Amino acid sequence: MPAPAAAPSVADAVLDALEAEAIWALRETAAAFRNPVMLYSIGKDSGVMLHLAAKAFAPGPIPFPVLHVDTTWKFRDMITFRGQMVQQYGLDLRVATNHAAIAEGVTPFTHGAQEYTRLMKTVALREALDEYGFDAAIGGSRRDEERSRAKERIFSLRMPGHRWEPRRQRPELWRTVNAQLTPGQTMRTFPLSNWTEMDVWYYVRREGLPVVPLYYAAMRPTVLRGGQLIVVDDDRMQLEPGEVPVDRLVRFRSLGCYPLSAAIESPAATIDELIAEMESTRQSERAGRLIDGEGGASMEAKKVEGYF
Amino acid sequence: MGVIRLVACGSVDDGKSTLIGRLLADTESVPDDTLEMARTVRRAGSTIPVGEIDFSLLTDGLEAEREQGITIDVAYRHLALPDGRRVIIADAPGHEQYTRNMAVAASTADVALLLVDAARGVTRQTFRHLTICALMGVHHVIIAVNKLDAVGFDHGRFRELADDVAGAAARLDFSRVTVIPVSALGGDNVTTVSDRTDWYAGPTVLTAIGETHELGVEPAAAGIPVRLPVQTIVRADNFRGVAGTLASGRLALGDSLGVAGSAVSGQVRRLLVAGVDAESAAAGDAVAIELVPDLDVTRGDLLEPPGDPAVPADRFSADVVWLGEEPLAHGRSYLLVSGPTVVPAVVTSVRHRLDVTSGREEAARVLGLNDVGRVEVATDRPVPMEPYAQHRDTGGFVLVDRLSADTVAAGMVRYALRRSANVRSHDFAVDRAARERLNGHRGRAVWLTGLSGAGKSTIADAAERALHAQGVRTFVLDGDNVRHGLNKDLGFTAEDRAENVRRVAEVARLMVASGTVVLVALVSPFRGDRRAARDLFDAGDFVEVHVRTPVEVCAARDPKGLYAKAATGELPNLTGVGQDYEEPLSPELVVAGDGPLEEAVDAVVAAALTTMVVQPPA
Repeated sequence: MPAPAAAPSVADAVLDALEAEAIWALRETAAAFRNPVMLYSIGKDSGVMLHLAAKAFAPGPIPFPVLHVDTTWKFRDMITFRGQMVQQYGLDLRVATNHAAIAEGVTPFTHGAQEYTRLMKTVALREALDEYGFDAAIGGSRRDEERSRAKERIFSLRMPGHRWEPRRQRPELWRTVNAQLTPGQTMRTFPLSNWTEMDVWYYVRREGLPVVPLYYAAMRPTVLRGGQLIVVDDDRMQLEPGEVPVDRLVRFRSLGCYPLSAAIESPAATIDELIAEMESTRQSERAGRLIDGEGGASMEAKKVEGYF
Repeated sequence: MGVIRLVACGSVDDGKSTLIGRLLADTESVPDDTLEMARTVRRAGSTIPVGEIDFSLLTDGLEAEREQGITIDVAYRHLALPDGRRVIIADAPGHEQYTRNMAVAASTADVALLLVDAARGVTRQTFRHLTICALMGVHHVIIAVNKLDAVGFDHGRFRELADDVAGAAARLDFSRVTVIPVSALGGDNVTTVSDRTDWYAGPTVLTAIGETHELGVEPAAAGIPVRLPVQTIVRADNFRGVAGTLASGRLALGDSLGVAGSAVSGQVRRLLVAGVDAESAAAGDAVAIELVPDLDVTRGDLLEPPGDPAVPADRFSADVVWLGEEPLAHGRSYLLVSGPTVVPAVVTSVRHRLDVTSGREEAARVLGLNDVGRVEVATDRPVPMEPYAQHRDTGGFVLVDRLSADTVAAGMVRYALRRSANVRSHDFAVDRAARERLNGHRGRAVWLTGLSGAGKSTIADAAERALHAQGVRTFVLDGDNVRHGLNKDLGFTAEDRAENVRRVAEVARLMVASGTVVLVALVSPFRGDRRAARDLFDAGDFVEVHVRTPVEVCAARDPKGLYAKAATGELPNLTGVGQDYEEPLSPELVVAGDGPLEEAVDAVVAAALTTMVVQPPA
């Protein structure tokens, strides 16, 4: 069979296939569920999802609201960027915060990373899903992130209380989704399941997508704690005796709450430099997430509780 | 095409984890820190020296699985071929009790990787894996004859095994079977050509995977007409687009498309691929199209070229893999889901069960967990499903239990049994309305459900006398009476009870059409069966009455001596004792079977005659 004219490169063909699968999942979620929502974490994966959602329903608007679980400890740049995205895509943004926990004085400094994450992310998310009555929530998780994710479905059933039961996952065949829910059950959809971290960056470059500037290198005030570089993003950072912030050329691979996100020293200040750097150093992405370290299978345990 | 989907089957004993781990490591598909972990961490009893990579650790799964040392579910991993193409590996557990997981993993696979242990040879499991791959439409099979180091890389042994495999695969419909001598532990012929098998000139495992696309077995294969299952409608100012993923064929601006089962068609005026204007689209593309003239299209419709239609039908012959813990029940109403299509459906018969090891067809009436069999399926309305061999997307379906919402079966259409265009119910001149006018009342089914001894027959008998006295045409279908004739071939298992209910419901439906008030007195213990019965009727024609009587009262009455038999173990399936009774959640009427008979009868008579009986929401 003759090759078609202007055949796309292999790399483009991979991205095209991943893009088509993600759009299928987004359309299926919008069409098969009563009240879907997209989780928006402001990170690169979320940004790719917004772009995919815009493409899936173009030239119409994105037909579902987006939900940001705001712990109030996000980088300031992230909140600014969130505002820009709301403008650009005309988003119906809902923000979920566990105000009760904040009133009780829960912070990343006073509570262990695991307990803090449970209260400020898992509980806040569960409460928001219940409050708005969302029956399907779209998340940006990828199977390459962490080993328990490798068993995750694209359409992943949650039992009453948002529990994930790894032993009772629904079989997933062809492009056929069993969207039936019994009372209390909800669905989580992961359109980026088959994407790798590199795919996300290649796609960001190909589509010219904006990302939070924190992904690119800049001089930032940092302290070294437990072998990890933490950026002092605002004056709530509780410095330990003798700790003095030092400006270093750093960037982030993964963004979360600033006291819990480790920066890496890097000069990569553009998308091309970033991709070149990542192609040469192959460390797993969540190495920079402090919350994953506690306990051998902590992601799986968090997912069982309802974490994304 | 940039992505190849692979199903990897075999058990841990065959060295599957090591083989996949090595494929991942050698293609640099694993992060460096994970590799470092595999050099330092050791499982109890591991003989691999610290400092070398234990490749099997790279595919470690869930905590729940590690604790038990087993694999319970499919894991998905990614591998980059040297030319940049992507392989999505569905890593499926191999043991017999996980047949369903393997079938699920194979359902989207282009190629299968099967392991055979060189020392143990071709086993029952090998046959089973080959059969399931063929059933699920996998065209290319790579057999890795592993642990060749354990037989001294002996050419004779390999040739013997290759012949065995070829024999096993010959009866199945594969485009290509590649047999490769491998040592996953030593890395021989996995990603690099081994110098210990100089008698072998074929591809490595990695090369063989990459050759899958050259086989032309992709869904985009030429000559298959356009099929576009409609997922959703995209709306914007001055735009109404039909959106979905192109299941097959090639679509271009100006093409004509119609809705399967309808005569009208429109032309593609605007075509968006992944949200961007394009001139053409290929299978697998996410498209949105604008048609002129605009057609009345909704989710679940199938768009296709007018000259090459998929004719909708409502009865199909299909192969199914049973996935549910509960066995298949004849006559029970399931939801059939195929892409965006959702329709109530009934399995009307089981043709045979397939022994996946021998390939033999065995007589069977039910299918249980992990069984593979051939069935006939009837849908409530015609749907444009096609043979699975032609279209995986439009020929594959799942069955969903309506109460638990669980996916209980995966089905592959073989062919339509009846094209609904050819078989129509004859429109007779005297219809139900005419009969009801003559009778002076409506036909209706009053369905009394409850425990044995609850008083259903007593109430039905008294209600019929009262109705008869008012000049109403009536009939009582009593559980015991129908079992002497119509249903005398049925026992009391869950499956037989389902069939019992189905037949009685069908008879009741005919009687309602004759304008008769039918009183059904049937234990009918399962909600799903009663739901299926209700689905046969129009709203208002079916009145569910729960005759609620405490089981102690029923046991004390014991008019047929059944509870006494159950107490001695002579009757294991008695409802309320050995088998559950699922109470109705929202019946139209509840009567107390242990209260005054007149009250119950009055309520039933009223329900039989009320002009409007509002059906509770489903």
